[in-house]
Amino acid sequence: MAGQNGHPLISARGLVKRFGDFTAVDAIDFDVQRGEAFGFLGPNGAGKTSTMRMIGCVSPVTDGTLSVFGLDPVRDGVNIRARLGVVPQQDTLDMELTVRENVVIYGRYFGLPRKELGARADELLEFVELTERAHDKVEPLSGGMKRRLTIARSLINDPEAMLLDEPTTGLDPQARHVVWDRLYRLKRQGVTLLLTTHYMDEAEQLCDRLVVMDRGSIVAEGSPRELIERYSTREVVELRFDDGRRPDDFGYWTEGLVSRVESLPDRVLLYTDDGDAASHGIHERGLTPESILVRRSTLEDVFLHLTGRSLIE
Amino acid sequence: MTSLALAARPFEFFLTQYRRVWRGTAVTSVVTPIVYLLALGVGLGVFVDRSADLAHGISYLEFVAPGLMAATAMQLAMFESSWPVLSAIKWDRQYHAMLATPLRVGDVLLGHQAFIAGRILMTATVYLVVITAFGAIASPLGVLAIPVALLVGLSFSLPIAAWAAHSESEASFVAIFRFLILPMFLFSGTFFPISNLPAPLEVMAHLTPLWHGVTLCRDLTLGEVELWSALAHVGYLLACCAVGLALARMTYRRRLVV
Repeated sequence: MAGQNGHPLISARGLVKRFGDFTAVDAIDFDVQRGEAFGFLGPNGAGKTSTMRMIGCVSPVTDGTLSVFGLDPVRDGVNIRARLGVVPQQDTLDMELTVRENVVIYGRYFGLPRKELGARADELLEFVELTERAHDKVEPLSGGMKRRLTIARSLINDPEAMLLDEPTTGLDPQARHVVWDRLYRLKRQGVTLLLTTHYMDEAEQLCDRLVVMDRGSIVAEGSPRELIERYSTREVVELRFDDGRRPDDFGYWTEGLVSRVESLPDRVLLYTDDGDAASHGIHERGLTPESILVRRSTLEDVFLHLTGRSLIE
Repeated sequence: MTSLALAARPFEFFLTQYRRVWRGTAVTSVVTPIVYLLALGVGLGVFVDRSADLAHGISYLEFVAPGLMAATAMQLAMFESSWPVLSAIKWDRQYHAMLATPLRVGDVLLGHQAFIAGRILMTATVYLVVITAFGAIASPLGVLAIPVALLVGLSFSLPIAAWAAHSESEASFVAIFRFLILPMFLFSGTFFPISNLPAPLEVMAHLTPLWHGVTLCRDLTLGEVELWSALAHVGYLLACCAVGLALARMTYRRRLVV
């Protein structure tokens, strides 16, 4: 594991964010090491964005302590932000300017000299495959292109850490894979990545380590594999039933075959280390669902087990 | 790093954005004064000069031209500080992009207002050139009407930006224009002396920053300026700017730092 020794790059203890009476982030602790890809996984409203905005020094901490690069966001917000690359959840691109102008002007906000910025912008647009659109306005670009532009823009100051708030929400599968690929390359170059997501596949693909958040609290922490091993079984059998054919109780059908049963409105999940054996077993006992699917456990199952709810509602 | 160096960066952004539309606004800023001065100064002026007796025996064109210049600064400030401010917060969200970088809320406010100040300065300069071409400037002191128009503009753009940063929608902007800006345009001494107004309205007119700006611009272009009254007008306009700046700092911070 990279960067496990020495001080963490970002560290929070008892971090709280309140908006009036509403507590968005409820006393969370976490450490992010240099070079790590660290995720905040949770449904909408879990407090992920509020946490990211506090780290980005655009939202004041209500209570607890937060240290970014060993600095205090209250006193050193300007210096911290100078070393961060931010990809916000909602685009903040200028629609009237061209793709390239958007990158260059953003570099000017950091006080970088204009003559260096031109070459740097071209390099970054190449990296996100937008070179051909460099002189087009932003407005007509697709959602995936805008996201890639935002990523290119956020790299203009050579950030030590990137804050990515739901980097692929709203993108089609192809566009998501392109974004993931770029983020993966950055990670290999040693850039520390912090990302929030409610996609379990995104968390599994990109994160070395993650915290699962629910209603402002951290409910679990570890690598994707550790979390699955700790909170789920190796495999899952998904059963779907025709209307009226679904049994009320699965005790008899699954006794001794699975370690846990999770009953969802549209399907039933059987947690077991051997999915084939379990599906064979219930079939022998005479249970005939409309469909049976054996798959490996995911972070979605971890989340379901920890909170009793699905990630995407 | 001083605040001004940081505020230069958002200023540069708005300038970059302006480069895309400057041709249109340049034409407008030349054509507008010509049209107004032809219609009001020359056209209407023929009637007014025949029947009215303005102080110092000046023509109506000389009377109305400096007033229009100050009023134009006010209108430009209204437009530049309303929709663009709300858009940078809510629709295009450019302020949020800036605040994710080393820039602070105060820098963003200052940089944006500096850009608006530049626009007002440019427009006022063109206006004065056109007025001069119409032969409606009696004194070289008239050149000082440019900084006065700038002060008039800022005394509106700062409080309007404060209001825009506080607004959820653009609905109130139309109301501000209709119920504040337009009456001021008509009744703050631009087109006729406010002594013609009923007494209570005359008192109200004295309180508007526009009246102070119109009066001072006119005194300067006519060369009939008294030091103490000039200082009083400038002081009043500066006070309006200061209050506007304090309000804008407050509403910007409340809206953007959450």
